[in-house]
Amino acid sequence: MAASSERSPPPFPEGDEQEPEAEPEDGDSDEGEDIFIGNTKPVEIKPSAMAREPRSEVTAKGQGDIISDPLGELFPNVVEEPSGALVSEPPTDIFSEEESVVTDSKANIDPSTISKANGVHSDEEQDLFSEATVELSLDSPRNERKKIENTRPPVAAPTVSVPPSTSKVASKTLEELEEEEEEDKFELNISITNPEKVGDGMNAYMAYQLSTQTTLPMFRSKSFTVRRRFSDFLGLYEKLSEKHSQNGYIVPPPPEKSILGMTKVKVGKEDSSSAEFVERRRAALERYLQRVVSHPSLLQDPDVREFLERDELPRAVSTQTLSGAGFLKMINRATDAVSKMTIKMNESDIWFEEKLQEVELEEQQLRKLHIVVDTLVSHRKELSVNTGVFAKSVAMLGSSEDNTALSRALSQLAEVEDKMEQLHQDQANNDFFVFAELLADYIRLLGAVRGCFDQRMKAWQRWQDAQTMLQRKRENEAKLLWANKPEKLQQAKDEIAEWESKVTQYDTDFERISATVRKEVLRFEKEKTRDFKKQIIKYLESLQHSQQQLIKYWEAFLPEAKAIA
Amino acid sequence: MSSSFLPLSEEMFQARSVSVDLNNDASLLIDIPDALCERDKVKFTVHTKTTLGTFQKPEFSVSRQHEDFIWLHDTLVETEEYAGLIIPPAPPKPDFESPREKMHKLGEGEASMTKEEYAKMKQELEAEYLAVFKKTVQVHEIFLQRLSSHPVFSKDRNFQIFLEYDQDLSVRRKNAKEMFGGFFKNMVKTADEVLISGTKEVDEFFDQEKTFLLDYFSKIKDATSKAEKMTRSHKNVADDYIHVSATLNSLSAEDSTPLKHLEKLADLFEKLRKVEGRVASDQELKLTELLRYYMRDIQAAKDLLYRRARALADYENANKALDKARLKSKDVAQAQQHQQQCLQKFDTLSESGKKELTSFKGRRVLAFRKNLIEMAELEIKHAKSNMALLQGCVELLKSN
Repeated sequence: MAASSERSPPPFPEGDEQEPEAEPEDGDSDEGEDIFIGNTKPVEIKPSAMAREPRSEVTAKGQGDIISDPLGELFPNVVEEPSGALVSEPPTDIFSEEESVVTDSKANIDPSTISKANGVHSDEEQDLFSEATVELSLDSPRNERKKIENTRPPVAAPTVSVPPSTSKVASKTLEELEEEEEEDKFELNISITNPEKVGDGMNAYMAYQLSTQTTLPMFRSKSFTVRRRFSDFLGLYEKLSEKHSQNGYIVPPPPEKSILGMTKVKVGKEDSSSAEFVERRRAALERYLQRVVSHPSLLQDPDVREFLERDELPRAVSTQTLSGAGFLKMINRATDAVSKMTIKMNESDIWFEEKLQEVELEEQQLRKLHIVVDTLVSHRKELSVNTGVFAKSVAMLGSSEDNTALSRALSQLAEVEDKMEQLHQDQANNDFFVFAELLADYIRLLGAVRGCFDQRMKAWQRWQDAQTMLQRKRENEAKLLWANKPEKLQQAKDEIAEWESKVTQYDTDFERISATVRKEVLRFEKEKTRDFKKQIIKYLESLQHSQQQLIKYWEAFLPEAKAIA
Repeated sequence: MSSSFLPLSEEMFQARSVSVDLNNDASLLIDIPDALCERDKVKFTVHTKTTLGTFQKPEFSVSRQHEDFIWLHDTLVETEEYAGLIIPPAPPKPDFESPREKMHKLGEGEASMTKEEYAKMKQELEAEYLAVFKKTVQVHEIFLQRLSSHPVFSKDRNFQIFLEYDQDLSVRRKNAKEMFGGFFKNMVKTADEVLISGTKEVDEFFDQEKTFLLDYFSKIKDATSKAEKMTRSHKNVADDYIHVSATLNSLSAEDSTPLKHLEKLADLFEKLRKVEGRVASDQELKLTELLRYYMRDIQAAKDLLYRRARALADYENANKALDKARLKSKDVAQAQQHQQQCLQKFDTLSESGKKELTSFKGRRVLAFRKNLIEMAELEIKHAKSNMALLQGCVELLKSN
């Protein structure tokens, strides 16, 4: 389930109230300064301020939106500093305490820390990432993450200069953090209900009720409802994807379009398969949106807020398959695919290569599993149908049986088998909605993860191309010098400067995207583990429930069978 | 499967009695302790233990093929004296078609599965093969036991030959005349089905029986085929669990990220499918097989009715012939004698038929009771195992 918790749990019990208040300010470009106002409130938290630092250190690594682009949104007036601020003391501290939980501690930055941070330049930010690539290599983050989750030892890393008391407090607050994470789940709840058909004929569509309940102050009220249609969700995805995927974010993909399914609905076929289609879509949209809002950066996106809040949304025409935009998308996708094939990247960090392989392999396996589970679903449906048919046949047999007791037992048997028909049908639905759909979701999500890696490759390519261009410009300058054409020299020098800055920019971008991708992937994996575990337990519990029902039915039948004489 | 030894087991004893009250009489005990499967032919070892003096030895075994059973059945059917008895239905031909076809399909799909998956599927199929095998042995055994526990059939000469004759029976079987006779008889029978429905029944008992059996037969035939479809679907679901388990295994093996609990899930599905497989096969045995057997038995009862109807028709014809003879004043004594014979035959037939049909009713009700109880108990038992397995896995997952 995507209703996860990595959204923005307040790190400390005392900090609980501050957190939400600070957030809207973070997101609102005008009120950047309020961050510091907000921070003056928790002066009483001073005692744990020290503890907060490690916390912020932890989160700095764990929170892409702090380190990378959305910084623009969060601290528009404080360019690049917060990352440094979050680094607080020695940058290495971040990596000594591995991220286990995410915090939006942007607001909880100790004013003193910030003032220190104010002097921090982008250089430090860059150091941050160089540290990142060193520390986050291969196994260490994962191992230490596991360590924290399992045993919560006092965090001690070679480069740490955090006093032992702080680490103890840090460990303690990690637990609190986990708890608060749980509570935090209820900061924003969305649900999608009441599918209703609007209109008639081929222009008809299904409208869904989208209800939000939240304590987050960035919304206008605590609970509100809007109506949305499927293309609205696709439109949201388009917008988010456009903005964030190129920065290496994993933007959750929406449920698939289905021309056949929708046509049946439009045509007005009121049968079980179209009802099933609508339910399937409703559940998929709900899961999709829950994943979006549980992504800490995406939640901050104004488009998401608008989607949840605004009464009337402009129709997302570009999502139509047969529109101009649709065709353009198809072409772009094709071009992307071709260019992807031609990019050969010199991987400096083997983590990415290995991770991508893992992702691809997992996607393959999930596809196989999905097919197998699909077969199970259809066989169980078949079993359900055949059981029902058998039940009727036994009922007929019972009615023509001349021994009264046996006749009664046979009709009881027919009733049991009738109930079994329903049981099998329910179980097939369970197989489908809990298990198969989980797999389908993650197959799509893994595709999005792969997309991330592709974006990173593209950024690398851009950087490489810029370097090549710079080289050419330099050669050009040299040529001009030799040919002694002073008029053109200035232009050449300008061009060199331009490309030098581009190279720097793209290099920065690449590093930034790499860090984002890395963080996103780790976050994704955690979410995936949680999701799978939750869904699998739910699935098994429903299987259990089926068996319980089964026992009940047969135990009720047994005395009837024994009564035959 | 070239040849296999099939030992007697407790399970076989349990599984055996789709019918009841068999093999109780110690004076003649018959069983099929093992069987061999050679290519397409099944060779049953028929073992007899007897205290009757009519046999040469107190204990002996012979090897018989399915066709020998059919021969025995047909000779009984064609024996006039047994017209008033329900002849136990002939055992159906051993049918390995279904598992063989599945084995073939499995071979074709081998490339697309993991080694483990293939091995498990093969295991399942071999179990299925074995189950078919066991069932055919059971059904042949019951046939013989029905005969041995019947006061009249147990004394049948051909039955004794069947049990005792230590040579191949095929010589006797290949009696063309007998075969042709049987075929002809079958043809006549179908025409006479109409006769049964058409004949006016004076006796209330037989009238009721006729209505009941005709109706019941069509219902039980329908129920049998529907039950077959249902248990087949059940088997499919159990097989799917194998694939789920195998795929989960490869997922968790190659996935280094913490989807480790998938391993436990794979394990669970492997255990679940064994239980589901048992559910399917128990259902098959207790329910489907029960219906199938009694469908055949009711056919045998119908055959009795048909024979009685024919005897009645013969009697009525003899009456008409007598009237004609009296009219013509020719061969009256002969016609009278014939008429008397027919009447007597009809009366004996009716009397024994009534007894047979009544005891058949009791037998049927008892068998249904036994099997329905056993099936319900097995369903509960298996569901409880399933629950325990699921509970264990859920707890394991939650604790992590």
